[in-house]
Amino acid sequence: MAVFGSSKDTETVERLKPTRLDLLKPYLIILPALILTIGILIPFGTGEVWSFTDYNLMRPNWKFAGLENYIRMMKSEQFWNAIRVSSTYVFFAVGAELVLGVIIGLLLNRDNLVTKIFRPLLILPLLIAPVIAVLMWRLMMSTQFGVLNYFLSLFDKGLKDFPWAGVADYAMFTVVLIDVWIFTPFIALLVLAGLRSFPRAPFEAAQVDGASKWFIFRTQTVPMLTPYVTIALIFRLIDSFRIFDIPFALTKGGPGDALMTLQVTAYTQSFTYLNIGRGAAYMFLTWIIIYLVSKFLVNHWMKWRSKLS
Amino acid sequence: MATVTTRKEKIIDYVLNGVTIIYFVIALFPVVWVFSLAFKETSQILTWPPQFLFKPTLENFQSLFSGLTGGNTGSSTVDFLRNFMNSLIISFGAVIISVLVGVPATYAIARYNFKGKEDLAFTILSFRFAPELMVIIPIYIFFQKLGLLDTYTGLIWVYQLITLPMIVWILRGYIEDVSRELEEACWLDGFGRIRTFFRVILPLIRPGIAASGLLAFIYAWNNFVFAVLLGGSRTAPVTVGAMQFISADALRYGDMAAAIVLAAIPALALALYAQKHLIRGLSLGAVKE
Repeated sequence: MAVFGSSKDTETVERLKPTRLDLLKPYLIILPALILTIGILIPFGTGEVWSFTDYNLMRPNWKFAGLENYIRMMKSEQFWNAIRVSSTYVFFAVGAELVLGVIIGLLLNRDNLVTKIFRPLLILPLLIAPVIAVLMWRLMMSTQFGVLNYFLSLFDKGLKDFPWAGVADYAMFTVVLIDVWIFTPFIALLVLAGLRSFPRAPFEAAQVDGASKWFIFRTQTVPMLTPYVTIALIFRLIDSFRIFDIPFALTKGGPGDALMTLQVTAYTQSFTYLNIGRGAAYMFLTWIIIYLVSKFLVNHWMKWRSKLS
Repeated sequence: MATVTTRKEKIIDYVLNGVTIIYFVIALFPVVWVFSLAFKETSQILTWPPQFLFKPTLENFQSLFSGLTGGNTGSSTVDFLRNFMNSLIISFGAVIISVLVGVPATYAIARYNFKGKEDLAFTILSFRFAPELMVIIPIYIFFQKLGLLDTYTGLIWVYQLITLPMIVWILRGYIEDVSRELEEACWLDGFGRIRTFFRVILPLIRPGIAASGLLAFIYAWNNFVFAVLLGGSRTAPVTVGAMQFISADALRYGDMAAAIVLAAIPALALALYAQKHLIRGLSLGAVKE
């Protein structure tokens, strides 16, 4: 400290004593970002209020309806269908992505010509807009001209007529297939980034000690990889639970109610039946579920995040 | 020892490479196939069995650009060039505003200690995870009253929900990586906090701004939900424009494929250019590479 001379030292001490302006400063700096987002938070709050009203776009006036929207929602078949569809979607899509993603990540962590060529291409499906990706798959899924139906017919002639999302029984399979195609790279990329960042020393030490590859994988790789997989899972669980664009672009929720996820149902309530109050109730409930799950997961994530950096 | 490759290990290596190749052939096939459809004539698309070899044509792109899509059917017109320009305007606008308000905000979150800091940061992050429709339905009504439906201003504003969390959460790590000692040394040398920020911090976090801006741009470009409900015929971006090819008649495969190619190329080009920074961005700064 002496190098700076005494006068500067006192200056610093003075500067460290916060004035009222200093205390306000961070808030002032954040203010523009807050104003922009608060303008959006206000409608968000309004939406919650509307969920307790009988607001309908067909009527000019609305009045409070208490919990009626929620009670009617809970009693309706649509709601339980939406819960069922959303949960099935999350379970199969995220499950398959997790297994495949970890395998691909591990496969690409080896250094040779094959992995060198393919590693940069891994991210590709992730960069295409989900609606555009759905359109791509729709172009390939046609009983008359579809290339996927052609490949299927090579295995079994009857499969040429495989209806994909055209039939309720196969709609979930089709939408999960597309979701898995888009988002498996997300998990694989994070797993790969994790594997690449590991320190080499413990692995080499274990190898010198003559430990088997399986033993090293179990005792070193798995625990070090866990935070990366956790982060990838948080993102995928939340994003697939609130999925809208993929089922919407595929069938608008059909055939019947086969792909009526919570958000697609809320969309139909609000914009087809113009029943804003009911739609808001669906959204508020989705939000609460996501909030509780993500609060729990993000708390863990913050812990992992500080561990990683 | 590790350096000696036995016969068995070699075989395992071949098998693993084989599995890798199979995965990528399957994963990349849709892209290759749809891109090839974009360069086929309608008659070559609507055949059975599908044609794998063909003479490429630019017919589909020409009809897209002339605004007269559908060729012989030609009943409805989809002005895809306009969709493309809309996507550019909205995505650029949203990212630029997010960077302007987001960089100072992130600096405050990363460097100041103040009450409610983490709550603010979490609020901004929560936009990333909120169900979009929850916000869109009320905004729709508000925009209707304010006359902001189907305007660039309205969409750029709403797109802050996509771009701002990305900028803030990705940049936070980059700013925290700049050593505090360096910053404090500058203050002691008589630089003010503001001058230090512009002369020292900003140049150091420039790669972070570029990476987060790029990723925010890609997500804005790829968004559909906000645009389909709050936009309209004047402001519809490529994601909404491409969807219109389904409704009219199902057989405009060539136009649709060409539209898909045009909609996908900007994001793909940008991403391949900045691949390295994207992983940190995709996890909002949680995973560093």
